[in-house]
Amino acid sequence: MSLIEVRNLSRLYPMGEEIVYALRDISLVIEKGEYVAIMGPSGSGKSTLMNLIGCLDSPSSGEFILNGIEVSEMDDDELADIRNRQIGFVFQTFNLLARSTALHNVELPLVYAEVDSETRRERALEALGQVGLADRVTHRPNELSGGQRQRVAIARALVNRPAIILADEPTGNLDSRTGVEIMALFEELSDRGNTIIVVTHEEEVARHARRILRIRDGLIAADERPPADERIDARLSSCPEG
Amino acid sequence: MRLGYELTEAVRISGEAILSNKLRAALTTLGIVIGVATVSLMGSVIAGLSQTFEDSLSVLGSDVLFVQKYDWTSKGNWREMRNRRDITLRHATRLEKELSLAQAVSVEAQSVGPVSHEERSAESATIVGANEQTAMVRGYLMEAGRSFSEAEVDGSRPVCILGSTLAENLFPRSSPLRNRIKIRGKKYEVVGVLEKMGGSLFFGGADDQVMVPITRFVSDFAYNPDVNINVKAIDAEAIDETRIEVRGIMRKIRRLAPGEPDDFAINQQGMVMDAVIQTGGTIAAGGLLITGLSLLVGGIGIMNIMFVSVLERTKEIGLRKALGAKQRTILIQFLLEASFICLFGGILGLLIAFPVTLLLQTVFPAKMAWPVVLAALTVSILTGLISGYLPAFRAARLNPVDALRQE
Ligand SMILES: Nc1ncnc2c1ncn2[C@@H]1O[C@H](COP(=O)(O)OP(=O)(O)O)[C@@H](O)[C@H]1O
Ligand SMILES: [Mg+2]
Repeated sequence: MSLIEVRNLSRLYPMGEEIVYALRDISLVIEKGEYVAIMGPSGSGKSTLMNLIGCLDSPSSGEFILNGIEVSEMDDDELADIRNRQIGFVFQTFNLLARSTALHNVELPLVYAEVDSETRRERALEALGQVGLADRVTHRPNELSGGQRQRVAIARALVNRPAIILADEPTGNLDSRTGVEIMALFEELSDRGNTIIVVTHEEEVARHARRILRIRDGLIAADERPPADERIDARLSSCPEG
Repeated sequence: MRLGYELTEAVRISGEAILSNKLRAALTTLGIVIGVATVSLMGSVIAGLSQTFEDSLSVLGSDVLFVQKYDWTSKGNWREMRNRRDITLRHATRLEKELSLAQAVSVEAQSVGPVSHEERSAESATIVGANEQTAMVRGYLMEAGRSFSEAEVDGSRPVCILGSTLAENLFPRSSPLRNRIKIRGKKYEVVGVLEKMGGSLFFGGADDQVMVPITRFVSDFAYNPDVNINVKAIDAEAIDETRIEVRGIMRKIRRLAPGEPDDFAINQQGMVMDAVIQTGGTIAAGGLLITGLSLLVGGIGIMNIMFVSVLERTKEIGLRKALGAKQRTILIQFLLEASFICLFGGILGLLIAFPVTLLLQTVFPAKMAWPVVLAALTVSILTGLISGYLPAFRAARLNPVDALRQE
C-alpha cells in the first residue's frame, strides 16, 4: 500500500463565466519515506496540489487515498482529524501564533489531538530539540530570526509524528543561506524516515530532493528521479566556510 | 470525546484576545455595563422600598379595617373624597353598636396644638381623640400607667395618655403619671405613657402624640370632627366578612340609596401593600425595558466587535484548522470570547451598582438584591453567547485554504 495515491484528480475554480483549471486529471503515487520536490512556475497548481494532499481542500473530481483511506469525500471535521494526525504543515510565512512562545506554538497540534499537558510539553521539547532550538523554547516569534521561526514551524509539523510533512515554499521568505540550512534540516528528517514533500520554484532547492515532480498548467509535466551524484547535500554546503 | 484541552486552549485564546484589546473590549461592553448597573440599582431600590413598606405597614395590623373619608389607594377622585360628608362621632357610635363581627372598635379624631407642663411645652403636638379600645386596636403598649377605662370615655373625663417622646420632653426627670398637663389650655391628668414605637414611613408614630377620650376631645377641641373608625376583626381570616358587614352598616347609617356609590372608604393594610407591589412592578418594568435596550445595544456592539475579531484573526483560524482544530473548537473559542467580554461588562456594571447602593443607603432604604444581580449576570453571559454566535459560526465554517491565504 502506497502512502499517497492520487487518481485522476482535478480541482477547478468557477470564476464567473469561466472555469479555472488549477489541476487537471492528475495521477500520482508517493511511497512512504520519499523526499519529493514539486516544481513549476507560479500559478501552475503546486499549492493547489499541496492543499489537496494536505487535506485542506477537497478535489472537484478524482480520488485521493491517504494511507489507505479515501479522503476525497470526508467532511470538514473528519479532514481536521486527518490533518491533525497525518499531516505536518510548513508554510512560507511560518504562521506562528505571535503572542505564544515557541513551546506553545509547537504544542498546538497536540492540544487538538487531546494529548495531556505533560506529554505535550515533553514531545514539544523533543521536537524543538530536533530542530536545534532547545534553548529558545520560551521565546516568542518576534524574538526569533526568520530561520529560527521556520524551525519552530518545522518542530510544530513534526510534533504529532505525522505520516507526511508538507512544505509549501518553506525557503521563500528566507535569505539563501538560511534557506540552505532549512533544506539541510529536511534532509536530516528525510534520512530519519519521514516522508517529505516540498514545493518550490527554485532549482537549487529542488535538487535536494530524491524525486522532482514538474507541474505546468495543472498537469504533471515530468516525474524525475535524479541520480544521487546530481543531488546537492545541503548538510555539506551548509558547513561553515573554510 | 474529551473537550478538556481544547477548552483550556479556547479559554486561553479568548483571554489573550481580550487582553490584547482591553480598551476595545471595555468600550464594546458599555451597553452591558449600563444594562447590568441599571437593573441592579433598580433591584436595590425596589428591594429596599418594599422592605421599608412592609415594616411600616406591619404597624397597621393586617386584621384592622380603617373606615374614613379618604381611600388610601389612588383609586378615588381626590376632590370627590374631600367633598364627602364627614364621618361623625354619632356614625361611629352606631357602627360600633351594630357590628357583630368586630373584636374591638377604635374611634379616633385628630387635632394639633400646644401641650405643656409647668415651664416645659411642646408647641404642636398631635392631639388624638380616642376611646378605651384604641390602644388595643392600634397595638399600643403601655410603658407606665394604663389605658382609658370605659367610664372615663363615657364620662368624658379630662385624662390623657402621653406618647413616649412627648412624655420625655414634658417630664425629663420625673414620672408623668398623675400629673396635670395643659392641652390647648385645658387641664388633663396623665394616666398612662406609651412605649416608644419609632417612626413609620407614612404614619407619624404615636411617640409625639397625646391621647384624650374622644368624648372630651369633641367638647374641648373640635365640636364636630371628622372621625376615623378602626375596626379590628376577630382574626385576619375574618377580615373580608367584617368588611362586608361594616360596609352594609355604614351605608345604612349614611342613608345611601341602593346603587349610590359609597361615600366612605374602608382601608386596610393589604390594599396599600398591593398598591406598593404594583408600583414596584411598574418601576421594575421600566428598569427591565432600559436594561433590555442596553443589552440589545450591547449585544449588537459585541456582535460587531466579534465580526471584527474573526476578520482580524482569519489567518489564525486557518492555521488552527490546518493543525486539526474542529469546527466546534473554533466556535467555542469565539463564543467564550464574546461571553467573557459580556461577563466582564456585567461585573463592571455590578462594580458600579454596588457602591452606588451603599451610597444610597445613607439617605434611602436601598438593599442589594442578589437574585436580581445573579439574573443580570446570567443575562449578560447569554447576550454574549447569542450575539457571539453568528460571528463564531462564521469563523468555525471558514475554509482553511482561503483563511490561510488572507494577509
Ligand atoms: N481560491 C481560488 N479561486 C480561484 N482561483 C484559484 C484559487 N486558488 C488558486 N487559483 C488558481 O489556480 C491556479 C493554481 O494556483 P496555485 O496552486 O496557487 O499555484 P502555485 O502555487 O503553483 O503558484 C492559479 O491559476 C490560480 O489563479
Ligand atoms: Mg503557491
